[in-house]
Amino acid sequence: MARRGRPRLAVWKFASCDGCQLSLLDCENELLSVARRLDIAYFAEASRRMRRGPYDLSLVEGSVTTPADAARIQRVRRLSRHLVTIGACATAGGIQALRNFADVREFAAAVYPHPEYVKTLATSTPISAHVPVDFELRGCPIDKGQLLEVIKAFLIGRKPAISRHSVCHECKLRGTVCVMVAHGTPCLGPVTQTGCGAICPAYGRGCYGCFGPAESPNTAAVARQFSSLGMTERDIGRVFRTFNAAAEPFRKEGEAHGD
Amino acid sequence: MATRTIRVDYIARVEGESSLDLRIRNGAVETVRLSIFEPPRFFEALLRGRGYTEVLDIVARICGICPIAYQMSGVHAIEDALGIAVDPAIRALRRLLYCGEWIQSHALHIVMLHAPDFLGYPDAIAMARDHGEAVERALALKKTGNELLRLLGGREIHPINARIGGFYRVPNRAELAPVAEALKGARDRAIDTLLWVAGFPFPECVRDYEFVALRHPDEYPMNEGRIVSSAGLDIAVADYETEFIERQVPYSTALHSVMKQRGVYLVGPMARYALNRDHLPAEIRALAGEVGLEPVCRNPFRSILVRSLEVVYACDEALRLIAAYEPPVRPFVPAEPRAAVGYACTEAPRGILYHQYRLDQDGTILEASLVPPTAQNQGVIEEDLREVATAALDLKEDALQARCEQSIRNHDPCISCAAHFLKLQVHRA
Repeated sequence: MARRGRPRLAVWKFASCDGCQLSLLDCENELLSVARRLDIAYFAEASRRMRRGPYDLSLVEGSVTTPADAARIQRVRRLSRHLVTIGACATAGGIQALRNFADVREFAAAVYPHPEYVKTLATSTPISAHVPVDFELRGCPIDKGQLLEVIKAFLIGRKPAISRHSVCHECKLRGTVCVMVAHGTPCLGPVTQTGCGAICPAYGRGCYGCFGPAESPNTAAVARQFSSLGMTERDIGRVFRTFNAAAEPFRKEGEAHGD
Repeated sequence: MATRTIRVDYIARVEGESSLDLRIRNGAVETVRLSIFEPPRFFEALLRGRGYTEVLDIVARICGICPIAYQMSGVHAIEDALGIAVDPAIRALRRLLYCGEWIQSHALHIVMLHAPDFLGYPDAIAMARDHGEAVERALALKKTGNELLRLLGGREIHPINARIGGFYRVPNRAELAPVAEALKGARDRAIDTLLWVAGFPFPECVRDYEFVALRHPDEYPMNEGRIVSSAGLDIAVADYETEFIERQVPYSTALHSVMKQRGVYLVGPMARYALNRDHLPAEIRALAGEVGLEPVCRNPFRSILVRSLEVVYACDEALRLIAAYEPPVRPFVPAEPRAAVGYACTEAPRGILYHQYRLDQDGTILEASLVPPTAQNQGVIEEDLREVATAALDLKEDALQARCEQSIRNHDPCISCAAHFLKLQVHRA
């Protein structure tokens, strides 16, 4: 039986791959204890029992890409005491924000035989473009340790301890040799926010920016470095236009390069 | 006579967001509609103009539950276009990676999404109060699958290590040893899970599916094979589009895939098992016999048994691959772009996943075509619902609704697909 007085959690999905919500289910060791501390009142991915709001904490995955979702996020906000976005889609618009640089009608026609059946907006926008957001958790996907930290922080009523520095710091802490300096491998680590565990350089590849821009990123300097490593303008443009393409510093740098 | 309308406003995820409309008139099911209103993200359009080396990172984002499937179909299709043959050890590592995804994805579906239907709970967390051991066992199983993904892929969701020609980094034997230990425990847990699931009450239902799966000459299919069916189809992957076509219906943002000749077909564990049972080790086949799983299973409610059996197999196969593993001389073979078309089909946990890419001479993607298992199974899901609802018309509304939900989840149409919000409306004339 649900105990009274436990904070009520809701998990919402907008345009996304489900991976960030899955991070919660991937907390194999902690999942049942989270469920004891919180009343999971609405989590469609996990339960067919969906209870009405209000909710103490809403985790929102996905970006806004349809007129119906633009209206739905307003309702979610009204029902939520705290609203936290989880992942690159909800925080920056996600990979589907590549439509922002193209013609969405042409996109629809390329995929669907009857594009007229498809209702979609011209842009994919983050949740913060629509409603006030209490905290934005980065990552494509989010890190489940960071997710647990955010949930804990909101339970206690303190600010989540999430670092804003770059992936470079994390490589140093891990003892990973710099792939850009040592091997000449282009790496977005200097301008990307930490949190993933600096996985890519540890596997011998450059960071591709899935946690979005770090605090005060010097993207122009990184782009110059990429150029000196032999990357073409088009490839530099592509590197900034992936899962956080619409995040301001990456958007600006992406637009400065290209065909 | 009564007209009953069952309206499921939010089937919490069939590749995201979907709803069900079931109309019953004069004691017969009149219409069944599974509408997918998941916002389209236009992957096939946004892949155009990207470099071939970017494809694996991008297509992973189609699905957080089976990113490996997207990366494996993607990598094989691009390598097909570029004429790359990988080292045998790379082939083995890719199969090992796929084992990890099958284990975690199947374990998630079996315990978190499907089992609560059989035992009458709204979710696995509520179920854990009475079946704590079974839930914790399955979570531990899922965790082992994820450990394998983390080691070979860097992380469990959207792994980063696969690349055209191989991997960025390959493990040495010592790194695999702890995972092998975990897999031995996982194998026992998988068998216990299978035995647990075998005791569930299964609604009666026999369907006359055309099963479609990959078929490899020597092994239970994952990364390669011909596309075969129980009605005699046997084609190379490159001929997929001559036999299958995607159609759009006004009520859904997911395309429906059908066979040009015979229409609706089924992909996924039941199809794989029906068409490849002979490639399972004798021990696994014996285990199937022990739990009463017939050689060809036509009851969709028993798909959970097949899925559970496949988890045992994936643990076994992963252990075999690790025991035989010798690191490749090089982590990847180099790739040279060229203008070409490439095709691939691999066995995602939910069934065959087809990819086709056309590249220009510098490796830029000109065209991409991707057909996920859920698009292929939508027709079957609707037909199942018609049959299941017809057989269950005497049930009260909430029980009928629950049975319909369970019927949709039989085919694991992606994670949240399995848990929903149903709003039932009954209109009586």
